[in-house]
Amino acid sequence: MNPAYRPHHPKWHRERMPIFWWLGRISYTKFITRELTSLAVGYAALLLLVEIGALARGEAAHARFLRFLAAPPVVAFHLLVCAALVFHSVTWLNLAPKALVLRLGGRRLPDWAVVSAHYLAWLAASAVVVWFLRGGAA
Amino acid sequence: MRRSREPFFWALFSSGGMLAALVLPAAAIYLWVARPLGWVPAATDAELVARFAPVLVRLVLFVVIALALFHWAHRFRYTLYDGLQLAHLYGLIATICYGGATLLTIVAAWVLWRFP
Amino acid sequence: MPLAVTTGSTGTAGAAGATGTPRGPAAAAATATVGATATAGATGTAGMAGATETIAIEVQRYRPEEETAPSWQRYEVPLRRDWMVLDGLNYIKDSLDGTLSYRWACRMGVCGSCGMMVNGKPVLTCATYLSALAPGPVRVEPLRGFPVIRDLVVDVRDFLDKLKSVKPWILRSEDKPLADGEYLQTPAELAEYKPYSMCINCLLCYSACPIYALEDGFVGPAAIALAQRYNLDTRDEGAAERLDVLSQHEGIWACTFVGECSTVCPKGVDPAGAIQRYKVAATAEWWRSLLLPWGKASRSAATGDDRGRSPSRSAAAGKEQAEPRPAGDERSRGR
Repeated sequence: MNPAYRPHHPKWHRERMPIFWWLGRISYTKFITRELTSLAVGYAALLLLVEIGALARGEAAHARFLRFLAAPPVVAFHLLVCAALVFHSVTWLNLAPKALVLRLGGRRLPDWAVVSAHYLAWLAASAVVVWFLRGGAA
Repeated sequence: MRRSREPFFWALFSSGGMLAALVLPAAAIYLWVARPLGWVPAATDAELVARFAPVLVRLVLFVVIALALFHWAHRFRYTLYDGLQLAHLYGLIATICYGGATLLTIVAAWVLWRFP
Repeated sequence: MPLAVTTGSTGTAGAAGATGTPRGPAAAAATATVGATATAGATGTAGMAGATETIAIEVQRYRPEEETAPSWQRYEVPLRRDWMVLDGLNYIKDSLDGTLSYRWACRMGVCGSCGMMVNGKPVLTCATYLSALAPGPVRVEPLRGFPVIRDLVVDVRDFLDKLKSVKPWILRSEDKPLADGEYLQTPAELAEYKPYSMCINCLLCYSACPIYALEDGFVGPAAIALAQRYNLDTRDEGAAERLDVLSQHEGIWACTFVGECSTVCPKGVDPAGAIQRYKVAATAEWWRSLLLPWGKASRSAATGDDRGRSPSRSAAAGKEQAEPRPAGDERSRGR
């Protein structure tokens, strides 16, 4: 018996998935929004790289980059990017306990404990990042 | 049955997602909102170069950039499959996403290696 | 023999003849005036507030011998306080239109037969109050994602094939002889897999999952949750065997953690959680087998052959077993 064989029933009705199925329910729309935050993540990585490259090319290149950053439409766009990054973080950390089942002394850690630990880690990591960017490591 | 290669990309996706979730928001807000708007003191170019020059810093930066790119690649690939129902372009989309991420990772490695 | 298909008011002759309804003559009289003042004394709801109210149920009909596409039909059903959508459908079939086809059995949320889309959400119709959906109309459609055979009846063979492919039964290389007694399991070990064992195969999760509708090969939430139910069972030794099925692209990797499956599950199985945990475990196993290929779990991957371990598991590629399975007593005790 071929496991891939599907009997063909011309009279059975098969509904096609509409192309914008994700607009049909709020939960689906939230899901697609969450998935689209990956664009913000990729963009952030690239922008970091661009600044490093500009720094490497010298003062003039970096000054051009900083002017680009300061332009109002760019700032507005980056506000959206930051919002998307925060949305990524929140949705990612909230789902952490689903994938990570930790046991301490034979008992399973409750979801709120796992999520809180992740949020604390986020806070700590953010503090380290800001400390470093302000020159704390010098 | 041949095992899928998906676990490899999923590992990159999930570690990239976790790293991005932990460090990118703070970095983005600091560098691209607070700094241009003058909420934080601006650093001179010399200071910035000195800050990012150490090998450890460049390594961490490389890991963050590379994993974030592969996180994007994997997630965006599935967003195209499911959101726009382009699963029949399986090979093309995989090539563009993972190929693009690989290319950019190589560029990142090169830029960071030669910094400053 | 086609009956006169009606909406709203009715021919009692049609109703009584079609299904041999067990309800008394008073009910037959009441159905003649559906939507009007049915006293409903016969059905024991005398004096109930709202007994004279009705609610409209719009059902998606599909009669392949008559039409090429589904159509809608609207019925007026008494809005009784204690009625579920299923009671409404039963009322339609008993009193209004005996041609309506749908599945149901236990009417108490344990058999998983009565899953349908109600107002666009996959629910068990025996567990959804009509009064909660007032003033209506209530739209009832067959479960999304499955081919519709007729009216509200869908073909679930795809799910059954996929479920079988993950081998949802205890797999052991050697069964303990009966004289050695039962397999012991602590409450903590039971708690590991117990939520996943609550699955009633109602397929609401498959309906809610957009990936199942988009990807032909996706094994689906319930099948993966049931695979996990056995993987996490301390009596089971078949995790590696199931991995072969699940680690294919469509097995689990098509899942993008939409999470709707867990939202609609009526038994709290949390298939989304099961799948995410399985992704972590499968990834760890993939890396382990790459970096440390001499480990035990990679045996089936290396040889591609799991037939050698026990005669009861020689069911390669869906072939039926000839001899009775030694683990049969576990299996017959249910999931």
